Amino acid sequence: MEYVIEMLNIRKEFPGIVANDNITLQVKKGEIHALLGENGAGKSTLMNVLFGLYQPEEGNIRIKGEKVQVTNPNIANDLGIGMVHQHFMLVEPFTVTQNIILGSEPTKVGLTNLKKAEQEVQKLSDQYGLQVDPRARIRDISVGMQQRVEILKMLYRGADVLILDEPTAVLTPQEINELMEIMQSLVKEGKSIILITHKLKEIMQVCDRCTVIRKGVGIGTVNVSDTSVDELASLMVGRAISFKTEKAEATPGDVVLKVENLHVNDSRNVALVKGLNLEVKANEIVGIAGIDGNGQTELIEAIAGLKKVESGTITLNNEPITNLPPREITERGLAHIPQDRQKLGLVLEFPVSENVALQSYYKQPYSKNKMLHYDKINEFAERIVKEYDVRTPSIHTKSSALSGGNQQKVIIGREVDRSPDLLIAAQPTRGLDVGAIEFIHRKLVEERDNGRAVLLLSFELDEIINVSDRIVVIFDGQIVADLKPEETNEQELGLLMAGSIREKVGGDE
Amino acid sequence: MRKNKLLLSILLLFVFSMFLVACGGANDDKKETNDADNTNDEATEDNATEDSGDFSVAMVTDTGGIDDKSFNQSAWEGLEAWGEEHGLEKGAAGYDYAQSEDDSDYLPNFTRLVKNDFNIIFGIGFLLEDAVADIAEQNPDNYFAIVDTVVDAPNVASITFAEHEGSFLAGVAAAMKTKTNKVGFLGGVDSDLINKFEVGFVAGAKSVNPDIEVQIQYAEDFNAVDKGKLIASNMYNSDIDVIYHAAGNTGNGVFAEAKDIKRNDPDREIWVIGVDRDQHEEGLNEDKSASVTLTSMIKRVDISVHEVTNAAMAGEFPGGETIVFGLEDEGVSVAETNEDAFTEDIRSAVAEWEEKIKNGELDVPKSRAELKEFEEGL
Amino acid sequence: MTTNRLFNILVPLFSVLIGLLAGAIIMLIYGYNPIEGYAALWKGAFGDLYFFGETIRQVTPYILTGLAVAFAFRAGLFNIGAEGQVIAGWLAAVWIGTSIEAPIYIHLPLAIIVAALAGALVAFIPGILKAKLGVHEVIVTIMFNYIALYSANAIIRNVLTEQADKTEKIAATASLSSEWLATFTSYSRMHYGILIALLVALIMWFIIEKTTIGFEIRSVGFNKHASEYAGMNVNKNIILAMIISGAFAGLAGSMEGLGTFGNMSIQAGFTNLGFDGIAVALLGANTAIGVILAAILFGVLKVGALNMPTEAGVPSELVDVIIAFIIFFVASSYLIRWILLRFKKGAK
Repeated sequence: MEYVIEMLNIRKEFPGIVANDNITLQVKKGEIHALLGENGAGKSTLMNVLFGLYQPEEGNIRIKGEKVQVTNPNIANDLGIGMVHQHFMLVEPFTVTQNIILGSEPTKVGLTNLKKAEQEVQKLSDQYGLQVDPRARIRDISVGMQQRVEILKMLYRGADVLILDEPTAVLTPQEINELMEIMQSLVKEGKSIILITHKLKEIMQVCDRCTVIRKGVGIGTVNVSDTSVDELASLMVGRAISFKTEKAEATPGDVVLKVENLHVNDSRNVALVKGLNLEVKANEIVGIAGIDGNGQTELIEAIAGLKKVESGTITLNNEPITNLPPREITERGLAHIPQDRQKLGLVLEFPVSENVALQSYYKQPYSKNKMLHYDKINEFAERIVKEYDVRTPSIHTKSSALSGGNQQKVIIGREVDRSPDLLIAAQPTRGLDVGAIEFIHRKLVEERDNGRAVLLLSFELDEIINVSDRIVVIFDGQIVADLKPEETNEQELGLLMAGSIREKVGGDE
Repeated sequence: MRKNKLLLSILLLFVFSMFLVACGGANDDKKETNDADNTNDEATEDNATEDSGDFSVAMVTDTGGIDDKSFNQSAWEGLEAWGEEHGLEKGAAGYDYAQSEDDSDYLPNFTRLVKNDFNIIFGIGFLLEDAVADIAEQNPDNYFAIVDTVVDAPNVASITFAEHEGSFLAGVAAAMKTKTNKVGFLGGVDSDLINKFEVGFVAGAKSVNPDIEVQIQYAEDFNAVDKGKLIASNMYNSDIDVIYHAAGNTGNGVFAEAKDIKRNDPDREIWVIGVDRDQHEEGLNEDKSASVTLTSMIKRVDISVHEVTNAAMAGEFPGGETIVFGLEDEGVSVAETNEDAFTEDIRSAVAEWEEKIKNGELDVPKSRAELKEFEEGL
Repeated sequence: MTTNRLFNILVPLFSVLIGLLAGAIIMLIYGYNPIEGYAALWKGAFGDLYFFGETIRQVTPYILTGLAVAFAFRAGLFNIGAEGQVIAGWLAAVWIGTSIEAPIYIHLPLAIIVAALAGALVAFIPGILKAKLGVHEVIVTIMFNYIALYSANAIIRNVLTEQADKTEKIAATASLSSEWLATFTSYSRMHYGILIALLVALIMWFIIEKTTIGFEIRSVGFNKHASEYAGMNVNKNIILAMIISGAFAGLAGSMEGLGTFGNMSIQAGFTNLGFDGIAVALLGANTAIGVILAAILFGVLKVGALNMPTEAGVPSELVDVIIAFIIFFVASSYLIRWILLRFKKGAK
């Protein structure tokens, strides 16, 4: 059997931890090979070893059967390995072609031969069904297209093995399906793909084989056709995982949050929320589905008092909170798990303890007469760390040293512990592994059962359908649909989100 | 991280600019010693080398340093001439200086020189007045001298100059030279001392031609070449053709601007009147064929320092006295180096007015109030 | 954890050593004896009680300007205006010191407090402009340095005196200087201000580490967005941080006015106390104790360096270069950190 890439018994240590321990990854020519593992399991370290950014302590690498020493990323590129990162590396004002040829421009008498390059890009695009316009500017094309440009860039440089790092995190369901097709046409043309992911469904859908890493240790490689989602999950986490969030039927109570005819502008003063109406009741989880940029972020920030409301009203427990300062809204019963946990949710340079106290440091018993009582703060932090299973060496550890999931647990602990009437959770599971996701979903349902109103914003339709009691679809600054999760499916939601069909709801406009 | 990087590059830039400044300074030093040699030659002509015993002398500069092409430099040249005269070397056994980085350095500099047993220590410039007063009180057995202002203490000799008289003659020369009937005065810091320059200059110019217009500006800084250049540029643009500066290092900006203008327009007739030293060289163009320096109001700080030191060495230290160096004892004078510009009729006019001052026929005003009276009497 | 702490102490020590080494190389290149040079530096700072007193005198305002810059840094603000705030504080202190008659227990504290208020006022304006209009504090504070400098000169000349170059001496009841300290240090200008500086360092540590005000200021300094999310008033904290920073710098000015000089002369240029404060704060990692140590280093360098030309014959321009090198290496400690880490790795 011919392997294009073999990483055999790789071991990589960092001071204090073993990031990769005896991991073997063998990728066959023409296959889509999944690399599965929780966050912090060692996937990135392994790929960085392959790219020559780290040197392994043990083990060796063979490319097309030959033993190689990869000491820097250029060698990896020369060996035909290309990587599409989660964060694109594109120059926004440049065209697709300019971005693709950047750094290896074809020249004719010293001048860049853009025409020739455009033709080549067009040819490659057609060959793999990418449908990219070589002359479009990056800033004018969608995120999904930008991703394809990154793929094209690798192909243009002659990559035979493509590594895709969490490629679906930023895509809509339709775009995900298209990407899957592209991946299949790439392997048909003889390319090999390593797909780094923790989305089990995608693995089942498109991959041939799957290598699992758990806590730095290689667990093994399975044929996807011989396995199931449940088996993959338990391989990854080391225990059985339940995907269907167990929850009783919702019994919605009084209206907690009421948003009426809301208008909000973004930072450039462009209207993004345009006359939006929304209600969330006690004992109910309402999920907002929508493609990023349709006003959901602004809606949540307006409710939390972080963005100015142009017109319309927001009431919490029948009291108006429109344009109140954030703290007053918080004190009236709002808890907010923000979308961007590193920008809004945490002061990363603060220790865990101070982040736990971030919303209550000014209140007794954590301070009195402006004097902080660190003994009480520490007690509080110890409790949250224990109750919410935050894995940190100590409450005095800088929050930036924690993994994404544990950072999120700090935030959730802090917010939920205040027993709010309304809990807003914006993308609470983004970038987290299944173990952490399961935990967070359980917490959200628990809060609902405790009589809270929960507003969930997510770009993962799975999550929306799985957790919500009611789904609202946001498109172009308005709620365009109000559905029961059991009465819809991803396909319909996807079309609603894209604005292809509109199902007007509840006296809009 | 990014902030750190920015700061780092600022610091790097800072270090490099320090380097450049230091290198520039070193070059200047070389040139300056040449100048100093010239003056030394003159000084040694009439004085045979005498034995100094173990007499030593030092001076404390203000923040300008001994290469300011002006005041401190002139004083240092005086000490160097004195050292040459007595066959002494720079250092603790002969003559030395201490440069101040800022105002708070004056006293520690004096104290250190006292501890190094210098027999007489000069404070160069009125900025050092307080420091000299304090150090003199703390060390009643040591001799001190202050230049340009008066410190009333038995162990301090105060050296002042009749700058108004010299400036008067500069004003006469300016009035004779100007074609636009507009002249300018650039002062360092608006203060009693610099006002003497200003007032004397205005009086001199108006004595020649009562209708002449004198524009007066202060840079509020003795060490801002850029500002000097800017002010000069404005003045020359508004038809002023002679600028008299009493602004130390700031005045070098006036020379720079005048030379720039001349480079672009060699026929334009604009002039600078220098101060403290003969600033002929500062005005020379690239091929040294002509200078924009019309004349300079020379304050012979070197002579005064030299004389007071010799008096102290001879046991006649003028403690508690104020010695005024004026036109009579050549403590102030106007330079006649630029013969092309400083023409015969200017020379004779200046000589005429100088005579009037010397014989007491004319009393040059020293303050703005006196100037008002003087102008009314014209 | 312990190795980390050790490392944090090692880095600045190493930086100073490398800086001294670089200075020595510069001296060698220009043909001076570095051992003599540094001996002169040491003697100039600690040679006898007088110079020791002068060093302490110089350290005093450095501690305060360092704390001023550090405090603003903690709130994420770059207060380049400490210089202007020093001048404002100096002027205010001298103003009170010369124009009021009162017993010492009223006069002296009043002069000090008014100096702090003056500094705070000068810093308040950039603070409010930053908070309300988003004008970058660096630009505004730089400009306010000039405004403070020239306004102070104009006030000295036209208000406090009649066209004189300097103010009267302050009344004895407003003076920080002490006969006892002066005699003890053979007439150095060391004054009681050092106690104020140390007290202010303690206050800064207390505010930053122990109070909700400090909690908010640190939070705003690290992450404005999260602070706003957590219900803090970001604008209020920016203004408050600038005011406190300015008050510290104003106090530094009062050290000059009530201690070192006892009056104020027309300033031909900046005092540099505020600018040096930036370096002191950086070197001191924006902590109170770090600032004190950094201020001592700067004070020693500043006062000691004056001795290098006379005693070791090193020209003062070269001394400036050497001092700049030391500061450069100290300030670029993360370069040193990198080098040390490489060594560690290499050894392994």
